Amino acid sequence: MAEFALPKNSKITGGKEWPKPAGATQTREFRVYRWNPDDGKNPSVDTYHIDTNDCGPMVLDGLIWIKNNIDPTLTFRRSCREGVCGSCAMNIDGQNTLACTRAMDEVDDGAIKVNPLPHQPVVKDLVPDLTNFYAQYASIEPWLKTTTPTPQKEWKQSHSDREKLDGLYECILCACCSTSCPSYWWNSDRFLGPAALLQATRWVKDSRDEATGERLDNLEDPFRLYRCHTIMNCAKACPKGLNPSEAIAELKMKMVERQV
Amino acid sequence: MSGSNSPKSVRTPLGRVRGLGSSHSGTSDFWRQRLTAVAMLLLLIPVIFIVMSLLRSNQAGVAQVLGSPIVAIVMLLFIIASIWHMKIGMQVVIEDYVHDEKIKLISIIGNNFFSAAVALASIYAILKLSSGV
Repeated sequence: MAEFALPKNSKITGGKEWPKPAGATQTREFRVYRWNPDDGKNPSVDTYHIDTNDCGPMVLDGLIWIKNNIDPTLTFRRSCREGVCGSCAMNIDGQNTLACTRAMDEVDDGAIKVNPLPHQPVVKDLVPDLTNFYAQYASIEPWLKTTTPTPQKEWKQSHSDREKLDGLYECILCACCSTSCPSYWWNSDRFLGPAALLQATRWVKDSRDEATGERLDNLEDPFRLYRCHTIMNCAKACPKGLNPSEAIAELKMKMVERQV
Repeated sequence: MSGSNSPKSVRTPLGRVRGLGSSHSGTSDFWRQRLTAVAMLLLLIPVIFIVMSLLRSNQAGVAQVLGSPIVAIVMLLFIIASIWHMKIGMQVVIEDYVHDEKIKLISIIGNNFFSAAVALASIYAILKLSSGV
């Protein structure tokens, strides 16, 4: 059955309250999920206070400040710090988003609650294990597939055909959408999830691709595609403002189109 | 990969995702669910009207109303559309939440039997009343 409660060893217990930084005039409270695979303890939520006068405006700046000034063991992924790489995807104040593009001011007053992306195995602290997510992306074969001999120069595409990829190509595979989807929570072993399906749509709609039918064949499955019930958490979560739900609806339309 | 989360099998992640492959199905159910939804939407007003007119009638009164071919056909169409819709909807719920393969199979069989029985009983009742046998 679907799991409605956390396993015993995943239940959050206690947590450490770190002292406020000395001499800080303006502080902001962070409550951060902590779990260490090596100490055998249950996860906990640690409380930190950051000096906002000494720190950048984004949640990621806050986490880096904590790591540099309070607790160097705090573990999280980050790289580009400008919403391009998707590394720092996490659940901030109940919403999956990128820590680097979510300003602390955007989070309601009170503590900023930071958790790893929901319903994924945790590697450590805020780092989720996205192995399955990446394998699902690989399974949609995200590359141009052609039978026609490769032209001397590039594969040509009209401006209007190129525009059909707008709203799809911008996906950075941060996993905010898939891990916000209840259907993905229940069936992530078989449902491809919004991110992989949005990427699949990107290749199905690419005018240069010659394997459209084959791609649709691979997706046509009660679990791979039809577990999407248009809940639309994905569109709400996407930090790039994309709409995976709409992309999936387009896939379903194409499935019907070739059958009816 | 943490100790408690290590996979039970050493199969590659891509191998696990590909699994048994695509079943190349699901579109028919998806299409029929929408089709029956539209049908129910169109049939709902006449059905409400018919059911309202049957309130406080005795069996003879009901038989007389259902004796009209149009009324009987509207009711039959509504029964077929709604039970088909119910069957597909319940199957989706089972597939969503029941993960044990054996229980899932039994639930899907039960859902099919139940839907077929309810549909047939309803159709039989309408036919019997409308033909006055």
